[in-house]
Amino acid sequence: MSQANRKSRVDLYALVWRLPIILWQMLFFIGPLLFLIAMSFFLVKNYRMIETFDMANWNRILSKDYFWSSYWYTLGMASLATVLATVLAFPASYALAFKVSANTRRWAMFFLIVPFFTSYLVRTFSWYVILAKTGVVNALLAYIGLGPYTMLNTPIGTMVGFLTLVLPLLVLLQTLSLSQIDKNLIEAAHNLGSGRVRTIFNVIVPMAKVGLVVGALFCFILSFGDFVSPYYLGGSTPQTLSILIIDTSKAGQQWPRAAVVAICMMTTLFVIAFAAIAYAYRKPKS
Amino acid sequence: MNKDGLISFLLKAYLLVLFLFVFTPIIASVIFSFNSDRFPTIPLGSFSLEWYQLIINDPDIAEAAVTSIIVAICTSILATFIGFCTAYSDYRYDFKFKGPYLALALLPPTIPLIIMALAMLAWLSKFGLSGSKLSIVLAHTVLCTPFAMAIIRLRLNQMDESLEAAAWNLGASEWSAMREIVVPFTMPAIVSSLCLTAAVSFDEFAVAWFVSGLNKTIPVVILEIVQGNIDPRVNAIGTFVFITSMTLVVIAQIIFMRNQKKGVQSV
Repeated sequence: MSQANRKSRVDLYALVWRLPIILWQMLFFIGPLLFLIAMSFFLVKNYRMIETFDMANWNRILSKDYFWSSYWYTLGMASLATVLATVLAFPASYALAFKVSANTRRWAMFFLIVPFFTSYLVRTFSWYVILAKTGVVNALLAYIGLGPYTMLNTPIGTMVGFLTLVLPLLVLLQTLSLSQIDKNLIEAAHNLGSGRVRTIFNVIVPMAKVGLVVGALFCFILSFGDFVSPYYLGGSTPQTLSILIIDTSKAGQQWPRAAVVAICMMTTLFVIAFAAIAYAYRKPKS
Repeated sequence: MNKDGLISFLLKAYLLVLFLFVFTPIIASVIFSFNSDRFPTIPLGSFSLEWYQLIINDPDIAEAAVTSIIVAICTSILATFIGFCTAYSDYRYDFKFKGPYLALALLPPTIPLIIMALAMLAWLSKFGLSGSKLSIVLAHTVLCTPFAMAIIRLRLNQMDESLEAAAWNLGASEWSAMREIVVPFTMPAIVSSLCLTAAVSFDEFAVAWFVSGLNKTIPVVILEIVQGNIDPRVNAIGTFVFITSMTLVVIAQIIFMRNQKKGVQSV
């Protein structure tokens, strides 16, 4: 049997392996998402959903000031978290990729995976206690005569939560892409008289661009959709879109209106994801 | 110290600070779980097992633990099976629309959980499926399959393509080659995947919160306790969940690493 023949033939055996994911994703991934779009045109009467085609939910949500203020707040906070996390993670990833031994790097990578398997809820609750008026941080600050500061129920609290969520993943992705860079090229840049900072921005960053942008994109996706930090650490004032979805669907029983908010979020994410990926793979001008 | 050494030292110190930030809430929650104060601060209160006693004697938490375990086991089996099928299809076949096929398989982690949660709730309710353990399993399988596929695909990368072909030439059918060669070769990845997907399912709260109804899982119980007020039981439950998940992850890691070496040697 020739290689090409073996690879392109479609038979029972091939289908058995190929079909499960298609069926499963159609039923439980694409199905729900398409239904979400359809649902945004449904109406709720007497706590029952009526399947119809009506623009009422869209008109209502898009004309509300509270929707737009939470839209811009969520977008702003997620962007800020992305920029902050990228800037904060880079020196650490740089150190992991170039300044420590291979063994230390392996251990560091393992420890960066650990947070994924600790409950994000518990970590958030932990910050809640640490950052409180009488919490550990203010108690420590009091020793040097500062504070107490209010950190909970402010955007600072939300940001601490976002960073806790995204930093491990970001350092992991950045380190992976930085350690792929050919060390000889960095050496060459140094030998040709390029200074440290110039080498970072002209050699290292462009070469790790795809990894850096993908990392930042994941930061954005995670903080844009997260409801735990803005709710518990940010006190849900101002509301984010994720909290708006929860309030509208859980308390208000208005699933169709929540669907409108969800679709606006998805659209925004798609636009940003496409822009980021197009940017990451764009040929450098030279 | 010269300039290079100083910069290197500062970078390493910074690395340490960043790790400290990431691990502060994890370590603090373990410490708080053994602390008598309802609202822990510095200086710490006395050592106490009060919060553990409270959760052990709470029937709601025991019930949630059982639900979580059942859901995690079912999810891990389903996700690993579907992940295996997809990874094998990708490894062995080239076909039309393979790009979209892989995108379909790997896309779920890029959709915010809160949106998946709402979409799942509405879709499953339409078919009268929401509010059961089954509904959590269905949703968690979607979230876990990409991880299962990635792990198994990595292992298949190390398999020599001629191994299967040799079995066929010796008269084995495709099915028996699968049973005798592919499955045994990928077994370590299959076990890793079972552990990791179980850990992911065990920790997931957003989708579970929306679709579970009265069949709460452990993270959903945590969510509801946290909504009430300051309750250090959360730290005790969190520590318990952490130990469970880490055990699964470490097992997965050990099996995967050990066989990673073996795989390289045998090639």
